[in-house]
Amino acid sequence: MEISITVNGAAHQVDVPANTLLVEVLRERLGLTGTHVGCDTSQCGACVVHMDGDAVKSCTVLAGQAAGAEVTTIEGIGTPDDLHPMQAAFRQNHALQCGFCTPGMIMSAIDLVQKNDGDLDEAAVRDGLEGNLCRCTGYHNIVKAVLDAQQSMAAG
Amino acid sequence: MASETGIGASVLRKEDARFITGAGRYTDDLGQHGQTYAVFARSPHARAKIGSLDTAAAAATDGVVAVFTGADLQADGIGDLPCGWTVHSKDGEPMVVPPHPPIAVDRVNYVGEPYAVVIGETLEAAKNGAEALVADFEELPAVVDLASAASADQIHENVPNNQTYDWELGDKAATDEAFAKAAHVTSIDIVNNRLIPNAIEPRAALGEYDAAAGTYTLHTTSQNPHLERLVLAAFVNVAPEARLRVISPDVGGGFGSKIFVYAEETAVIWVAGKLRRPVKWRAERSESFLSDAHGRDHVTHAELALDGDGTFLGLRVKTIANMGAYLSTFASSVPTYLYGTLMAGQYKTPAIYVEVQSLFTNTAPVDAYRGAGRPEATYVVERIVETAARELGMDPAELRRRNFIEPGDFPYETPVALTYDTGDYEASLAKALDHADYAGFAARKAASEAAGMKRGIGFSCYIEACGLAPSQVAISLGAGVGLFEVGEVRVDVTGSVTVVTGSHSHGQSHETTFAQIISDKLGVPFENVTVLHGDTGRSDYALGTYGSRSLAVGGSAIIKATDKIIAKGCKIAAHMLEADAEQVSFEDGSFTVADSNQSLTFGEVAFSAYVPNNYPLEELEPGLSEKAFYDPPNFTYPAGAHICEVEVDPDTGVVRIDRFVAVDDFGHVVNPMIVEGQVHGGLAQGIGQALLEHGVYDDTGQLLSGSYMDYTMPRADDLPSFTVDTTVTPCTHNPLGVKGCGEAGAIGSTAAVMNAVTDALGVASVPMPATPETVWRAAQGGE
Amino acid sequence: MYSFNYHRPGTVDEAAGLMAEAEDGAYLSGGMTLIPTLKQRLASPSDVIDLSAVEGLEGVRDDGDTVSVGAMTRHATVAGSSAIPALAELAGRIGDAHVRNRGTIGGSIANSDPAADYPAAVVALDATVHTNKRSIAGGDFFQGLFETALEEGEVVTSVSFRKPSAAAYEKFPNPASRYAVVGVMVARCGGEVCVGVTGAGPCAFRATALEEALAADFSPGAADAATLDGSEFNADLHASAEFRAHLVGVLAKRAVARIA
Repeated sequence: MEISITVNGAAHQVDVPANTLLVEVLRERLGLTGTHVGCDTSQCGACVVHMDGDAVKSCTVLAGQAAGAEVTTIEGIGTPDDLHPMQAAFRQNHALQCGFCTPGMIMSAIDLVQKNDGDLDEAAVRDGLEGNLCRCTGYHNIVKAVLDAQQSMAAG
Repeated sequence: MASETGIGASVLRKEDARFITGAGRYTDDLGQHGQTYAVFARSPHARAKIGSLDTAAAAATDGVVAVFTGADLQADGIGDLPCGWTVHSKDGEPMVVPPHPPIAVDRVNYVGEPYAVVIGETLEAAKNGAEALVADFEELPAVVDLASAASADQIHENVPNNQTYDWELGDKAATDEAFAKAAHVTSIDIVNNRLIPNAIEPRAALGEYDAAAGTYTLHTTSQNPHLERLVLAAFVNVAPEARLRVISPDVGGGFGSKIFVYAEETAVIWVAGKLRRPVKWRAERSESFLSDAHGRDHVTHAELALDGDGTFLGLRVKTIANMGAYLSTFASSVPTYLYGTLMAGQYKTPAIYVEVQSLFTNTAPVDAYRGAGRPEATYVVERIVETAARELGMDPAELRRRNFIEPGDFPYETPVALTYDTGDYEASLAKALDHADYAGFAARKAASEAAGMKRGIGFSCYIEACGLAPSQVAISLGAGVGLFEVGEVRVDVTGSVTVVTGSHSHGQSHETTFAQIISDKLGVPFENVTVLHGDTGRSDYALGTYGSRSLAVGGSAIIKATDKIIAKGCKIAAHMLEADAEQVSFEDGSFTVADSNQSLTFGEVAFSAYVPNNYPLEELEPGLSEKAFYDPPNFTYPAGAHICEVEVDPDTGVVRIDRFVAVDDFGHVVNPMIVEGQVHGGLAQGIGQALLEHGVYDDTGQLLSGSYMDYTMPRADDLPSFTVDTTVTPCTHNPLGVKGCGEAGAIGSTAAVMNAVTDALGVASVPMPATPETVWRAAQGGE
Repeated sequence: MYSFNYHRPGTVDEAAGLMAEAEDGAYLSGGMTLIPTLKQRLASPSDVIDLSAVEGLEGVRDDGDTVSVGAMTRHATVAGSSAIPALAELAGRIGDAHVRNRGTIGGSIANSDPAADYPAAVVALDATVHTNKRSIAGGDFFQGLFETALEEGEVVTSVSFRKPSAAAYEKFPNPASRYAVVGVMVARCGGEVCVGVTGAGPCAFRATALEEALAADFSPGAADAATLDGSEFNADLHASAEFRAHLVGVLAKRAVARIA
């Protein structure tokens, strides 16, 4: 099955079996290994990317469903020299340890901030991140980072 | 005081640049041309004989490259997975060890135990092949209940009563005597619930074989690649160490579960050699639940003897510990030397006697999980102390104070084999009480009650023993490995520094912390220090990362190597400046001749070391690269006070943590930001144990909590923000004065939460985890 | 995943036609249940028929006395709608943000998961489920555990809900999965009181004992006093049948308190 997909602004044509997941297209076909797989029940959120403007779990999207979509992954939001405000806030607040959940967490957090008009408080951030598991940080610094990024994203 | 990047500064992490941009390289991100995929066929039964195993259809499946069974591994001389610590029973006999083939041969003993591995050109082909295996299982009754396991069916032929050992520690007679004269005895019966570690990165392995060189390379999710290599070489017989390289690239969390040597990477590296093709395996989360070593799982009866004033006289503890179906790599040491030895806690209890019976059941193997034995010990001690305070009508903080080992008592020898070097328990408790606004608790409780809610407060004053040591003592007690660590400091020609450590970082931030140490000690800019870890091809044999040891042991090795660098640098500088080495000292990044204005920068000395002009070669070798092995003389003893305040909804049983305060004494702190992060994560896991997490098997041995649909992981909305602070009594016996911070949160917090929940409900005990229904029922009974 | 043929039809008729031709077809809406099921090889359809490109299945339409929600409308869209605040609130509590960005109402109700949230609203708001063949009364739609009144190949096209004068949804989430251990929607429609319960039984149902008690006296106390027979309720690791029965009462009481 051939699908067209735009990832991080670049158009791709990939030929994959129908039983291929979006996350497999990203990791195995396009080499974008920043998107991780941490579970098999669509719970952990390590695989979250943006698809047509929404945060989605790329382990629960078939390649066919993503045909024609615009996808943004962790590799597409910033570089070490030009970080996205959310990436910068995660670093500044020590909101990551092992780094495995981090890409999904950052992509979820960006969507969360973008869909709330600067009115997120701590409880709303905690509620908004319920689809992302982190085993290292206890979430304390992640919450701080998201609240910080809310400010910097509004300013930027 | 600290420079901006030196010891004591909250330096932002070097690691972050790659992790926040998606450039981390975890095992599953790696691939090799022509690689195959491994899928493990796993037992659907908790206990069964494998009557026959027909692999023909599997082997004939489209895209299947090969199928291997346990018999194939055995026929090739692949040995059992060993347990690295021989514990002796009361009668002096060594523990009874059942055979543990990596792939089951005749019998399976837990759901999820691998009984064959199928190799496919694709993952789907390998899965198809695994489904085509025809195994004829003869089911046997499963032994699941721990409390009755000793009298249940015998699981292993060579293990009567399913008992690997029956261990004791302490003076039984003295303890009995203490109880005989007690004015009050408090007793508790508690279950320390089974946990499933759940690092978010599932275990994975990529095995390669270089036929031309005859060498193997295994990339895997290990906390200690050298241990992995040692076991694969010396016990499993894959290849001699020199022909086997084990690399742990970026690893997504471990928490103990990635210390151990498992069946899967063992099979993967062996198959890579057999097929002469790369083999890749990554656990699906369901496999992780079934096959990662689980944690905790104790049943305990404990009694505390007190005199009329509330002074502790004696403690008696009897524990049954679950080993699961086999002895995992360090399973035997966890409920013994990492548990019984901690029963003094922070208190001057004069007589303690601990008995631990470790039993097999038809469940996944149980081994070290964050804290490993010390959370279980803290749970016993801090639950019984809190219970005693309530029974005596004393303020629980005051009862603790009355029994604390005091600053003047150190070094303090406990009745359970440890010698604490230093501490100030009152200082941590006082600070924690202040942060928690203990004085305002009564008013908050009244406000909650007015709103139909219940409120409680709970304490936990824990101690832990980190940086397991020294080798000599541990080996005499049955450890099969040394407990030192290696550190290598390679000064580059231009004066930048590469550090090679045997400690692996999978979240702990070694690349930053160790660079701070070097920057501080050698005056080299932080950005010019690179830390390498996790590769047997890069560092000498080392023990890796577990038990909060990386800084206390690994960091000390680096300091030792740094001292050698300085000593040699002084000789080089002396040669360059034509002075005596004894006259040269090193300070603030410069080598200076005493009483002169002659001095050289670190960079000048480094350059000279590699461009040796006119060196007296018999006395002074070129080069500036030093290595040190550090074997600690004692454990370190981090300790602290945790206070938890909860509000309970009696209608639904929902427990909300209103505030959590942790004041810990980790000795000196290199990077406060990183240390706080470690505490936060530990707290989440300890709170998770208290309120959420539970590995549950049904009575046929099926794992009921086998996915995130049923195993309750702490999520952002389950937890509060934490109040974290420190006090400092420097460790007296390592060069940095550090103690270790990785496990404290998980060790101290669980008892604090449960003490708070029982306080809120006004009941003596609530089983863990205190789920809504459990709490609701307790609230009914408590009214 | 086993292999399958993937289709992305543009119309309902085309979708139904593909289903008729398939050896063993499955409709795919949001995929929040189907895809994990496929990944774990617990289902092996010959054909997966993706409804995401089918025209006219998305959107929330206020029809005055009723509100119509297209079958492929995402939970997030309903959560952001204003026609029935209690329905928006319910949708906003389904799963997590990512599930709400993908999951659809049609997929949810067609699955009849006993722990899904929407079914509580379907029964409490006297909804009508429209398919490519007919209209089914909400009260008749859920027939058992993962069983609905849908026939082979039938496609849900929309669900229309009666607009209540007041309603509230209370949920006790499963702490692990975040599905509903119990979810209760209490709705007043004129003089009538409807109580829809999900999570407690094999499928969503109306709690008639509560409805009768609340019809006589619409107060939290009346909800609290009503007794519920929970002997046939679901039981699992997270809640016994007894606890579920208790929770239905507690949640009903809280819902009533919010709208009384």
